[in-house]
Amino acid sequence: MSDPTYLTLEGLTLRYGDTVAVEGLDLAIGKGELVALLGPSGCGKTTTMRAIAGLLAPSAGAIRLDGADITRVAANRRQVGLVFQSYALFPHLTVFDNVGFGLRLKGLRGTALRDKIEAGLTSVGLAAYAGRKPPELSGGQQQRVALARSMVMEPKVLLLDEPLSNLDARLRLDMRTELQRVQAQTGVTMIFVTHDQAEALALADRIVVMRGGRIEQIGAPEDIYNRPVSRFVADFVGFENIFSIRDGKLWAGEAVVPLPAALPAVAGLAFRPRSVVLGAGPLNGVVRGASFAGGTREYVLDTPFGPIKAEADAGLPVHEPGANVAFDLPIGQAAPLKAD
Amino acid sequence: MSLRFPAALVLSLVILFLIGPFLIIVAASFSAGDTLAFPPQGFSLKWIAKVFTVESFRQSFVTSMILAVGGTLVALALGVPAAYAMSRYRLPFAETVRTIVSAPVIVPGIIVGLALLRYVVVPMGVPITLALFLAHTALVLPYAVRVVSASLANLRSDIEEAAILLGSSRLGAFFDIVLPNIRGGILAAFILGFVTSFNQVPVSLFLSGPGVRTLPVDMLGYMEIVFDPSVAALSSLLAFLSMGIVLAAERFLGFSRYV
Repeated sequence: MSDPTYLTLEGLTLRYGDTVAVEGLDLAIGKGELVALLGPSGCGKTTTMRAIAGLLAPSAGAIRLDGADITRVAANRRQVGLVFQSYALFPHLTVFDNVGFGLRLKGLRGTALRDKIEAGLTSVGLAAYAGRKPPELSGGQQQRVALARSMVMEPKVLLLDEPLSNLDARLRLDMRTELQRVQAQTGVTMIFVTHDQAEALALADRIVVMRGGRIEQIGAPEDIYNRPVSRFVADFVGFENIFSIRDGKLWAGEAVVPLPAALPAVAGLAFRPRSVVLGAGPLNGVVRGASFAGGTREYVLDTPFGPIKAEADAGLPVHEPGANVAFDLPIGQAAPLKAD
Repeated sequence: MSLRFPAALVLSLVILFLIGPFLIIVAASFSAGDTLAFPPQGFSLKWIAKVFTVESFRQSFVTSMILAVGGTLVALALGVPAAYAMSRYRLPFAETVRTIVSAPVIVPGIIVGLALLRYVVVPMGVPITLALFLAHTALVLPYAVRVVSASLANLRSDIEEAAILLGSSRLGAFFDIVLPNIRGGILAAFILGFVTSFNQVPVSLFLSGPGVRTLPVDMLGYMEIVFDPSVAALSSLLAFLSMGIVLAAERFLGFSRYV
């Protein structure tokens, strides 16, 4: 990576009256990186993105891009592109003029303008749609126009707000490939905001998990997925069974889990449903529900310390609802949590 | 099924009451007789022709046109920015402003007219033409704000942000992006304002003075003296003019979407 501090946020803070949307955020993003800001709604991810774009003014802190302090630079001079969740195409302009809007403001005219617009449209596979108006296009096509409209401006950073959430499953895969291709071809630094962990895991080089206006964890997708640092992140990436460790015991809420094993010196343990071993072990539960999920079968067990979610290979014998099942939580399979 | 007959009856009566008077006036304007009467006596175009020869009609028509076109344009010049500001920014007194702006629709015209005459025209010595112009502007303003607000509500504000991130200024984004997208609403507001102003009677009645009269007031005055069908003829002409404007607007911009 050429410059690991191409875009930096230093103590970025945004407040509205008494509400703090983002608090003392420090983040360095490298040139050409594809970063996801991941978190539930209200975690400050969108606010952070809008501050980078210049649409919101920080209450404190600084934003530096490509060696310059852009904290007070107006949004229209930042050279930061944004693909809105709603695409925000100009409904009265054709696809051609939508893509050409920023180029015209830059002073491009004639053939130079036409060539750039056509190259932009060709790169997203929409050259044939140049004369259409946005309402005549499908959602996926509109988003590609929005992408081309931002990319022809050759932004230093491209921001994307929930880029896949409005698309159906098949288009989602297309768009994911498209975004990775654009990034590989142009080397543009991309930051996208999402509440969908699968989206972040599949697309990003690095994931920033946010919570309550702060960064909870930063890491590669594998790190976030396998080594969440806290209950919050573990819960977010699909660890369904999360326990805390206090006084040398394993706790599920206020109940002790009677697991006869030495516990590591961490704040908690998180188990994915498929790590739960069914059929043998020191713990017992009653099957409340079982559902077939293709390759696997998903179970919910009622135990004295609360419900446990388990997943077993669909080829294994079925545990019928109502049956008493012995199970184990193998500590070696758990993700150790540094914070509860 | 059982409701069908009463419903059809009520509908027919409503249509009859709405259109009936208009049909009577139209019929009366083609009368060959010398007084306003229905059924018309014979058929002629002489009253239609006479309308164009009455000097006071010509003058008050010009006055009404100036008030309607000018007043509506000024109302739009004030109303479009007001509607835009209220839709895009959280303003401290937006609700109050909205209420005040709507007041001329709610307050009976006769009160507006009397108040303007008693407290503005007489004590302040405001010329009658100016008072009429201000009154018509104020009367049209609520329509301008409301219709334009409705069309702004349908326009997502993120397209302006998109324009700004592509290098546009705030003002540039308003003219390049917002204005073209609310053009239909503005034109609809203009037509609605024009028709409202042109048909306005009570306020104009109070403010019309010697030599300055709007067309409807002039028609009232004319009828008090001369009871021939030329007023009916003029009414028909105005009704057809209004209908023509509205139909054209509907045909070319889907006027009913905005009102």
